Amino acid sequence: MKGMTVIVKKVTELMCGVIFLYGIYIIIHGHLTPGGGFAGGVIIAGSFILLILSFGSDFLALKKEETGSSLIESSAILTFLIIAVLGMIIGGTGVFFKNFLPGGTIGKLISAGVIPLYNIAIGMEVAAAILTIFLALLIYKDEVLK
Amino acid sequence: MEILLIVILVLMIGGAIFSLEARDLLSAVIAYGIVGFGLVICFLLLQAPDLALVQIVVETITLIIMIAVILNSTREDVKTRGGIRSVFFVIFAFIFAGLFLYFFNRVTGTLSDFGEHVMRMSEAYVLPGAEKTGSANLVTGVIFDFRGYDTLGEATILFTAVIGVLTVLRVKGRK
Amino acid sequence: MIIYLLCIFLFLVGLYGVVAKRNLIKIVIGLAIMEYSVNLFLILIGYVKGGAAPIRSGEMADKAFTNFVDPLPQAMVLTAIVIGLATTALLLAIAIRIYKKYGTFDIREIKNLKG
Repeated sequence: MKGMTVIVKKVTELMCGVIFLYGIYIIIHGHLTPGGGFAGGVIIAGSFILLILSFGSDFLALKKEETGSSLIESSAILTFLIIAVLGMIIGGTGVFFKNFLPGGTIGKLISAGVIPLYNIAIGMEVAAAILTIFLALLIYKDEVLK
Repeated sequence: MEILLIVILVLMIGGAIFSLEARDLLSAVIAYGIVGFGLVICFLLLQAPDLALVQIVVETITLIIMIAVILNSTREDVKTRGGIRSVFFVIFAFIFAGLFLYFFNRVTGTLSDFGEHVMRMSEAYVLPGAEKTGSANLVTGVIFDFRGYDTLGEATILFTAVIGVLTVLRVKGRK
Repeated sequence: MIIYLLCIFLFLVGLYGVVAKRNLIKIVIGLAIMEYSVNLFLILIGYVKGGAAPIRSGEMADKAFTNFVDPLPQAMVLTAIVIGLATTALLLAIAIRIYKKYGTFDIREIKNLKG
């Protein structure tokens, strides 16, 4: 797939990092403002998709990228499970998904115990999943056209 | 506000019907975008900003994937034969839709009216929710604390769907 | 009550697309429309007149303020939307594989098995 014109490339260069940072902001403020892991993950995947669409897929080693994003997805879901099991071990009561960290004051950035950690794991998982689907479609197209 | 919701819903129904009847698949997909983006406005009016934020991004990416699929295959719809059979189909479709709407109307009589929802189960989540979980956003508190199993199941389904896409789209085996 | 009926009518439009259309892309669009209408129906049930979005911030941080809309269906629908994107992508992947093998999106042609 070929890239687009120089105007689109320049605007993408300027905007892409901002969109990525916005996704990270949405994820880590998920317990204070609207948003959370699901919304932030999709926004991060969208910034990568914008980059691929405007610059074209020629300069990407697609197979390697796909292996990497698939690996990130699997490790993110494993992290989610490990935090849940840690709640069972450390929490003392033997309850799955136990909130074992102190709650803190409502409205501060560092509060709500393990909920921000869950948010980060889910955000990584959703972003990597959607990026993997998109890369799989691109690889399929390249292989069929060849 | 109810009037606004009704207008947007009628617009969404029109977009859906046009999307299913369009001759060109590209215009069908773009008309399908009307439904998704109308849903975003409905979510905003119904006080659900989390859902509006997710829906607007998901709709954009769905449209990108659909347009990529159509541009790589064909844009023309399949040809349908008319005739006496299609008239029967239309009549049966209207009869079925009428029956469905009638029974649904009887079922909604047991629900509370629009805007007069009585919280039974959710009271335990709303009243002490912020103090118990420490999260100011009650929706996040419900997702990750009270109902964590649902989120685990969702992550599993997402993982399975990605594995399915990778399996279906593989042309050559990995060496 | 008319809002519920319009929402279920949107569901019926999607069902018509799944049952009566012969193009695979149209069937996928019909399924997605059905999913959207079900999401909207759940949120419509949980709405409370004059309620605020379920976020404790600003003047709603007060413990006495409890006039929120129901957060439970919102949490369920939030996960359902992201699942919907993944399943739609899976269906489209199957559709494009079928197009490569048979050269058409018509489901009547696909019924005839080829070797």
